[in-house]
Amino acid sequence: MTSTTAPVAPLKQKTKSKLGWNVLGLLVFATLGFPVYWMLNTAFKPAKDAIDPNPRFFPTNFTLDNFKRALEISDFWGPVGRSLIVSLVVVVIGIAVGMLAALAISRFAFRGRKIVIVGILAVQMIPLVAMIIPVFLLLNDLGQYDKLTGLIITYLTFILPFTVWTLRGFIVNIPKELEESAQVDGCTPTGAFIRVVFPLLAPGMVATSVYGFIQAWNEYLYALMLMSQQNQTATVWLGNFTTKHGTEFAPMMAGSTMMAIPIVILFLIVQRKMAAGLTAGAVKG
Amino acid sequence: MSAAQTTTADQPPAKQKTSPGAGTGSAGTSGTPSRKGPGAAPWLLLAPCLLIIVLIMGYPLFRLVSLSFQNFGKSELWGFKEAEFVGFDNFSKVLGDGEFWAVVARTVVFAAGAVILTMVIGMLIALLLQKVSGFVKILISVALVASWGMPIIVATAVFKWLFDADYGVLNYLMSKLPGVDMIGHNWFASGPEGLAVIMLLVIWGAVPFVVITLSAGLTQVPKELEEAARLDGAGAWGVFRHVTLPILKPIIVMLTTLSVIWDMGVFPQVFVMRNGNPEAEFQLLTTYSYQQAFVVNDYSGGSAIALVTVLLLLGVVAVYMRQMLKIGEVE
Repeated sequence: MTSTTAPVAPLKQKTKSKLGWNVLGLLVFATLGFPVYWMLNTAFKPAKDAIDPNPRFFPTNFTLDNFKRALEISDFWGPVGRSLIVSLVVVVIGIAVGMLAALAISRFAFRGRKIVIVGILAVQMIPLVAMIIPVFLLLNDLGQYDKLTGLIITYLTFILPFTVWTLRGFIVNIPKELEESAQVDGCTPTGAFIRVVFPLLAPGMVATSVYGFIQAWNEYLYALMLMSQQNQTATVWLGNFTTKHGTEFAPMMAGSTMMAIPIVILFLIVQRKMAAGLTAGAVKG
Repeated sequence: MSAAQTTTADQPPAKQKTSPGAGTGSAGTSGTPSRKGPGAAPWLLLAPCLLIIVLIMGYPLFRLVSLSFQNFGKSELWGFKEAEFVGFDNFSKVLGDGEFWAVVARTVVFAAGAVILTMVIGMLIALLLQKVSGFVKILISVALVASWGMPIIVATAVFKWLFDADYGVLNYLMSKLPGVDMIGHNWFASGPEGLAVIMLLVIWGAVPFVVITLSAGLTQVPKELEEAARLDGAGAWGVFRHVTLPILKPIIVMLTTLSVIWDMGVFPQVFVMRNGNPEAEFQLLTTYSYQQAFVVNDYSGGSAIALVTVLLLLGVVAVYMRQMLKIGEVE
């Protein structure tokens, strides 16, 4: 940033050179943002305008018809409700269990700690797609195929390692000295944690929960494979706009908007915290 | 490396614990902070997590390996027949198939292209963010978060619409250029072109995370170091090459590895873009494994392909592991 004490001449030069960067920045903004803009633009214009070979770049005829149509095409609230249940349960279990594990690997030195860290990380590396066949067979054997519980169990495989790793990042950022001084003042280790660390960790936990929630909400492959049409979740619901007769794009964009907006807003709220948690380990390394 | 030293400088080194605690076990229960001799505490804390991971990850993983050595098709799934072990048959079948190698090559090219472009574009935008005025920075951040938060499925739907042959806005815009007529151009008529579109979608979705993480890293680069380099006569590139890059190295390694894992695992983008039935020219290892298992009903063949994919990734993961272990050691 320009410092306020800089002499006049260089300051002028700086604003001048900034102009070029700003133009470039605006171009980047337009390119990155265009798909989102086009989704919104299509969602809110009449369906017949959407399939105009000369597309309108600004919504002149604002309408909500596409949203109505999207809700008609197939049940929307059922899938959304199911996604909500799955995501919430996964996050609650993930945070409760992941928090304890994160605490163990970030606050204790013990034999085998390295192996545990590597193990938890390694689990994160296994592509979901590789696991889909055995998971499908396993749930089939357990009678959990096409059940929300089955989906919750499988989602934990990717939410849990993620939660442990990010919470670890947040815990590491809280100086140990705070805990130690609380113990010197007479707290038990558990007491010190609850009174000192926990409040400081709360924002990180919120961010991790939200982020985990979004991941679960967005998952597609397991949702597609492990649930039947009647029990589909929100991401799979979006596939209903494509039929043998083609895709109804305008309502699909409306459906996309309905699915994306709450998530994007959640993201906007927590992204700053998340970046901090995710990079804590890497930068502090 | 050098980043480790510079950034931990303000943090007290937490070395003390490594030597005595772990070995002596029961020592240090009274008075002293628990980490001197933690005993069973960390394992109790870890137990639920490890239990869940072993149960829901371990068994399927074991099953993946055993499946790929078995003969497991539809009749075995329904329980009409016992699965029998067939040794390396599945692997020799898969590895002896020319199509498999074409898919491997396609996947590697696809993932490498996506990773390299994501990292380069991400780095350029992160650097640009340091140069622009406040309001432009905010605008770009909003666009970044919006595309980051976009569910993959939603993004795929949007890109399908942007690249639609007849009414896609991209063909319309490109046709505005002098001498270009793209109206009615079908981007998905050929594999390479269609995969390029899918790669663009993957990059668009991946760049925000890279930019935001790198930006966080860039704030950790000490200004004095940059200035010193400049005084020594380094140009913008020199400063970047010799000061910024080394400090960001740990983050770059992490981001690259994660990108490799994610981009090798691209599935919904291809699957949905091709309406749940990708043509041969569009198959990547993930969709190919899926197709073998669930379309051809050869679950063991699909598992063998998935296992080969995992092994392919292991090489990359090894690099990442080393990085993470280093981090684990410092704390």
